[in-house]
Amino acid sequence: MNTHAATFQHAHAAHCESGVISNLLRHHGVPVSESLAFGLSAGLAFAYLPFIKINGLPLIAYRTLPRGIIKGLLAPLATRFRFETFRSPQAGQTRLDTLLAEGHIVGLQTSVYWLPYMPPDMRFHFNAHNLLVYGKEGDEYLISDPVFEHPQRCASADLLRARFAKGALAPKGLLYFPTTVPQKKITPEAVRAAIRKNCRAMLPPVPIAGVRGMRWLAKHVDKLPAGEKRSADFIGQIVRMQEEIGTGGAGFRFIYAAFLQEAAQLAERPVLAQFSERLTAIGDGWRVMALKAARMIKGREPVNPAAIAALIRQQADQEEAFFKDLQAAVK
Amino acid sequence: MDLDAVPQEGNATLGGHRKAVYARDANGRMVIAPSKGWEAEEIVTSNAVDTLHALAEEARQRVQAGTASTLEYWMCARRMDVPLLSQTSGFWQWRVKRHLRPEVFATLTDKHLQRYADALGLSIPELRKLPS
Repeated sequence: MNTHAATFQHAHAAHCESGVISNLLRHHGVPVSESLAFGLSAGLAFAYLPFIKINGLPLIAYRTLPRGIIKGLLAPLATRFRFETFRSPQAGQTRLDTLLAEGHIVGLQTSVYWLPYMPPDMRFHFNAHNLLVYGKEGDEYLISDPVFEHPQRCASADLLRARFAKGALAPKGLLYFPTTVPQKKITPEAVRAAIRKNCRAMLPPVPIAGVRGMRWLAKHVDKLPAGEKRSADFIGQIVRMQEEIGTGGAGFRFIYAAFLQEAAQLAERPVLAQFSERLTAIGDGWRVMALKAARMIKGREPVNPAAIAALIRQQADQEEAFFKDLQAAVK
Repeated sequence: MDLDAVPQEGNATLGGHRKAVYARDANGRMVIAPSKGWEAEEIVTSNAVDTLHALAEEARQRVQAGTASTLEYWMCARRMDVPLLSQTSGFWQWRVKRHLRPEVFATLTDKHLQRYADALGLSIPELRKLPS
């Protein structure tokens, strides 16, 4: 066991990437909670990407693209990370083992499907999962997967397969670790800049992202035929992308609301605490939508795509107003 | 969401794990709370899993009827579709589709079978038959 394995503290998190990065930075002495990492990186997003298919259904993202949270943190914290991908699985494994032997704690991007410790029903071919490796014992890696309450273990062959899974968002063995962590303080201006950046991401000029992405999704949902299994699967997909491990639409709104609460002090803008409450209410709206969708899928009420589309539009309207006001508050 | 609204309904698809969710405590502070899961989430996940199970079951019946190769069964059982199996195995999609036909699959060399076996996490003998 390397020396870090003994000192590393695993913390449970709502989302894999923000959880990984906050656990990693905390290990290096930067006091960032998951929500602070998420907010500082301007991690909140919405994107409807019908051309990327996961199990034949479109990708709907409620946060920035994989690695976005890590990369978004580089500027506010003046941290430098090294990212490495590999042509061959063998090279990837050797490099990981070397880094562990040198005492590094290493972040990895992996598939969800090929991780044996994942519950069977959660094992889908989703390739942008993040986890930390903090040691190796015999043939097993010691894994801090932040969406699990406790650390996990994984046999080296299984981890290798998960790191080199192919398909959409293939990780190519991606590993990352911080090289310099110079700054342990977070400035008010960095927090305000992060909020401004996130407002722009939610109110963008392109139709696939932010509130316009939501309306575009609503338009597609509106067109689904009412009685078909395929429609139910599509609606289910929206909610799964919203609620399941690794993503979370309502969940991300709640994380960002937690961030705004911290930001009220950090950014020296007390008014942000009120925005936190308002965003919590918006998150609750996503949960209402999810519940309605689930009832339709379960057959407790008829599958009615138009009703779901209307709820998505309502969320879009609320978020549009919210982010415009937020933008004004951090000007 | 308030702390006492954090769902603890027991989502079977989480396999006994708890997930972290953010909720407001009595003082209005956002805190992390472990959740045993939410029914809505269980329903949509089960629906997705059931759809995949049904595909695998249909494939099994076609294999038994002799109209599909065991490759089709394993592709579905591993929750893949033709585009993903094509990306994973490195065969063009049209070739994967051809290999789903039993008479074509029967002619594959061990070298080709090994590519599918690797992609699906199986051995060649396993790939050639249905699981008992």
